[in-house]
Amino acid sequence: MTSTSVRRHRATGLVVLLAALVATGVGYAAVTDSAQAAPPQASETQVQQGRQLFLEGCATCHGLAAQGTDSGPGLIGVGAASVDFQVTTGRMPLSAPAVQAPRKTPQYTPEQVTALAAYVASLGAGPAIPSDSDLSTTDANLAEGGELFRTNCAQCHNFAGKGGALSDGKYAPTLMNATPREMVEAMLTGPQNMPNFPNATLPLEKKQAIVKYITDNLQNAAAPGGLALGSYGPVTEGVFIWTAGIGALLLAAVWIGAKVR
Amino acid sequence: MSLIVKEAGKAISRADERAPISSLAKANLRKIFPDHWSFMLGEIALYSFIILLLTGVYLTIWFKPSMIEVPYHGSYAPLDGIPMSEAYASALNISFDVRGGLLIRQIHHWAALFFMAAMIVHMFRIFFTGAFRKPRELNWVIGGSMIMIGLLEGFAGYSLPDDLLSGVGVRIVAGIIESIPVVGTYLMFFIFGGQFPGSDFIPRLYTFHVLLVPGILLALVGLHLVLIFYHKHTQYPGPGRTNTNVVGYPLFPVYTAKAGGFFFVVFGVTVLIASIVTINPIWAYGPYVPDQVTAGSQPDWYIGFLDGMLRAIPPGWETVIWGHTISWNIFVPGLVMPGVLFTLLLGYPFIEAWVTGDTREHHLLDRPRNAPTRTALGVMAITFYGILVLNGANDIIAQMTSIPFNYITWFTRVGIVVFPPLAFVATRRFCLGLQRRDRDLLLHGRESGQVLRLPHGEFIEIHTPISDTEKAVILSKVDVPVIEAPPATDENGVVTPGLKGRRRRAKWSRFYFGDNVAKPSAAEIEAAAHHAHEEHDHEVEELTEGGKDIPARLTD
Amino acid sequence: MSDNHGTDVSVAEHGDTPEFPLPPHHHRITDTDPKAAKRAERQVAAMFGLSALCTIGFVVAYVAIPTDTFIALGPIGIVQLSNLVLGLTFGLAILLIGLGAIQWAKKLMADEEIIGERHPLGSPKEDQDAALAEFQTGLAESGFVERKIVRRTLIGALALFPIPLIVVLKDMGPLPVDSLNHTIWRKGSRIVVDVTGKPLRPEDLAIGTLVSASPEDLDKIQELEGNQNARAKASIILVRMRPSDIKSQQSPEGQTWDYQGILAFSKICTHVGCPIALYQQRQHSLLCPCHQSTFDLADGGKVIFGPAARHMPQLPITIDSEGYLVAQSDFQEPVGPSFWERG
Repeated sequence: MTSTSVRRHRATGLVVLLAALVATGVGYAAVTDSAQAAPPQASETQVQQGRQLFLEGCATCHGLAAQGTDSGPGLIGVGAASVDFQVTTGRMPLSAPAVQAPRKTPQYTPEQVTALAAYVASLGAGPAIPSDSDLSTTDANLAEGGELFRTNCAQCHNFAGKGGALSDGKYAPTLMNATPREMVEAMLTGPQNMPNFPNATLPLEKKQAIVKYITDNLQNAAAPGGLALGSYGPVTEGVFIWTAGIGALLLAAVWIGAKVR
Repeated sequence: MSLIVKEAGKAISRADERAPISSLAKANLRKIFPDHWSFMLGEIALYSFIILLLTGVYLTIWFKPSMIEVPYHGSYAPLDGIPMSEAYASALNISFDVRGGLLIRQIHHWAALFFMAAMIVHMFRIFFTGAFRKPRELNWVIGGSMIMIGLLEGFAGYSLPDDLLSGVGVRIVAGIIESIPVVGTYLMFFIFGGQFPGSDFIPRLYTFHVLLVPGILLALVGLHLVLIFYHKHTQYPGPGRTNTNVVGYPLFPVYTAKAGGFFFVVFGVTVLIASIVTINPIWAYGPYVPDQVTAGSQPDWYIGFLDGMLRAIPPGWETVIWGHTISWNIFVPGLVMPGVLFTLLLGYPFIEAWVTGDTREHHLLDRPRNAPTRTALGVMAITFYGILVLNGANDIIAQMTSIPFNYITWFTRVGIVVFPPLAFVATRRFCLGLQRRDRDLLLHGRESGQVLRLPHGEFIEIHTPISDTEKAVILSKVDVPVIEAPPATDENGVVTPGLKGRRRRAKWSRFYFGDNVAKPSAAEIEAAAHHAHEEHDHEVEELTEGGKDIPARLTD
Repeated sequence: MSDNHGTDVSVAEHGDTPEFPLPPHHHRITDTDPKAAKRAERQVAAMFGLSALCTIGFVVAYVAIPTDTFIALGPIGIVQLSNLVLGLTFGLAILLIGLGAIQWAKKLMADEEIIGERHPLGSPKEDQDAALAEFQTGLAESGFVERKIVRRTLIGALALFPIPLIVVLKDMGPLPVDSLNHTIWRKGSRIVVDVTGKPLRPEDLAIGTLVSASPEDLDKIQELEGNQNARAKASIILVRMRPSDIKSQQSPEGQTWDYQGILAFSKICTHVGCPIALYQQRQHSLLCPCHQSTFDLADGGKVIFGPAARHMPQLPITIDSEGYLVAQSDFQEPVGPSFWERG
């Protein structure tokens, strides 16, 4: 009998609103700092370790000095967040050339990822990996997150976060497996063909609202009316009516018309 | 039992003093309907329509057809405080705050998909069996019109909740209206009461959806049924069935129970689907805002072919002449193409009647193979339609199969020209092959799979004659004579009147029937039977009777 | 009317008397075995009885289950319990009536096929003649044929009378005039982020950034339907790319419509008006989710795929004295779908 996302508590709206106001005021400065600041106390050893890993696993495509080659973009200034996103979701390193790097099992341990990120961050300032407090959504407004999602995300990832097709075989991936950290990192860095949404245009607490909408309302989506048929819209509904629906009624019609022995 | 009869008698006689009930009952209570599953497809559509009327009335109780913007404060938390139209807010209210409201909404929408799908399947049956022929042309036109009107009605219903998906659909329709040369902009402004989206469209669409169109549909449904009753139902060929009789079961009690029961089956299945499968989750789409959109924006399936056509147009189909813009890229696929398609659809019975020069009544159905050109045209049309429907879902297919939608679009642009003719040729050949097989079956019987070796070493396969039922079905074929073109002049050198038209008709007649395999005449059947007997049966009989040589039995 | 039912010959061609008679009737088990009949009777009664129970169940569920109770139902998802139970009870109640009635008809009602005759559909010849004669009498009595002036004025009056019915439709909406040609963008209108309303400075956008934006005046508009009308035309997207990546722009020679690689384009598709923001930043291309028109924003918004015929209109932008991004003017061409007067 769960109803996390759908049941309404009269006070919630007000509380959330107040909280959002407070967050807007207090959190803003801190937030911008943490995301745009220089790499957080990365030790020199981590940077060195990261450089070693980079030369072994990434330099072929991204260049020895991460300046970029024909087969991969330059990484100077992309920031630690970009590395963290690409490597923890297993998109990098790429196993084979493809129109788009697919999500797969990560190839590096968390320590190695931290080292790689530290190295790339040392090459030039870029978005840092969001901290745990950056990802907190307790104070975020769910409904506002929904509105922001429909304005900025739904056009590619679909209304239910199921993803969608892009040109020439590319696609916006489903958001069903994405963690809050990955979502924020993706918005900050704009991986692959996704545009970026820096904090200056979409402040962190707005990102938190979007994250809240995705985690609370889409990833654990209630299906009030029953089977959601993949949440792809009317196409799957049409397929259903022409197969199961008309199929069931045809069976009934055949039964009615069949001779009884 | 007798009490029921007595009471019924009293009721009828009381009614009879006011209207001729007894005469009506006498003529119709035991009216005969033939039994076949494919005769129930239209019933699915009829019953879905009744379900739509019923559930629609419930929805009007709570739905507010208004585009006035209000903040939402109902029980669906993810939209709390969001500004939206009253229409959308009331649709959310029906879904989350009215007990049973969501169920009724889902029954209504599923029934709409059933209605359209069943009408189309029913039309296929009518088309491929030639049931549209005289005297039923008018009923074909009524049925085709209902599909067209149902399409508009469905679109209106899909648009009323004013959610993000339906609003985008309305925006597209506004764009299509704008593409009409000369009057398009004015029409758009009149329909929307000004600029898109304005505040008039949904109230106006509501009246259209709940009053005007259902009224028209109801009248057409009534007329359709009256004509069916008057014409009596067609029947499939078979033993005991002719063009002048009807073989089946009486309306009362068998069809009252079967057709009445089927209504409950259709209704029950629709309700069960609505209880476990979501349709149109409007809450998930969010309210319509003109600058928001979702990936995979789609219409309901029956509009899919139009969307597929719109998507298939290559870039740049627009001309500007003398300061006026004509958007061929929208006007042609959005309005001209459906116009042409529906005209051909509604006109088909008359086209075929002209080609055959046939004025007879037809109550015995054609087997699709016996009208190969018609069947092939039908398959060709379905292929055309099917490709468009697929292209209408190209982005969803791309997402599910990782085939780029660009390829699917290109496939459509080429395939729409290539595949329908291929389907035509293949179907026609297949039908003619079946005709040939029928002729062989009639003349030589069925291969039994038993092979005999004759004394002189020849192998023969025993053919068993087909049953009377099969014979009756095969012999139901009516050979339509090909109309020959008249000579250019008669024996006195006078030019034949209407020569051009008659030649054209002869050409079409040859196209339709020129390749048909003639049904064997009685004499041919007789001769074939005799021949078979002479050639083999005699020897076989001898062999088996003599028992000297055990037939070499092989299996196929 | 003479060939109304086809010629008699053709009807005969089909054969009035069937060549093959109706096969003999076979009795069902329920016809011959009273036990089987009893069993069928029990089946039918059970279905009707169960249906009645389901209806009672529906009423109980209606009273007992509030609409805000949700239940996790395995693969189906977290469903509204009320919808599920009401639907199942109601659906089964209806379905069982249907199945019962059909089973009754199939197993217990007489199932011997009956042959009925078809009769010619039209009226008999003498009725046709009589009807025509009646019509002629009426026509003669009315004088419709001889009194030409009455006939012609009547036809004229009938032809004209629907005109008012069409004329009153005029006030369904205002005339378009030139309202489709402009939006609320003005010289100096600040560009603000959609939903949050934040004004933007050029440094807020990085390479590859996408912003859905609108003019700051938009939120001041309050009509019945909110600001939907203005929004439907004024919505834009802002993107930033390396100035070296920009192949062409819509600005006439001697002018710049971008600001340091920041470009503003209409968000409304030039095909049939869907909002587009599927920006694929590597290719600088914008894809419409409705019909897949694709526009190259680095090349003046040119159409590179799909059914659109015209480029995405570009909004000329610059910065104001305080350093915020503003419009240089309104769009220089109508946004959204084409229309006849567009030119």
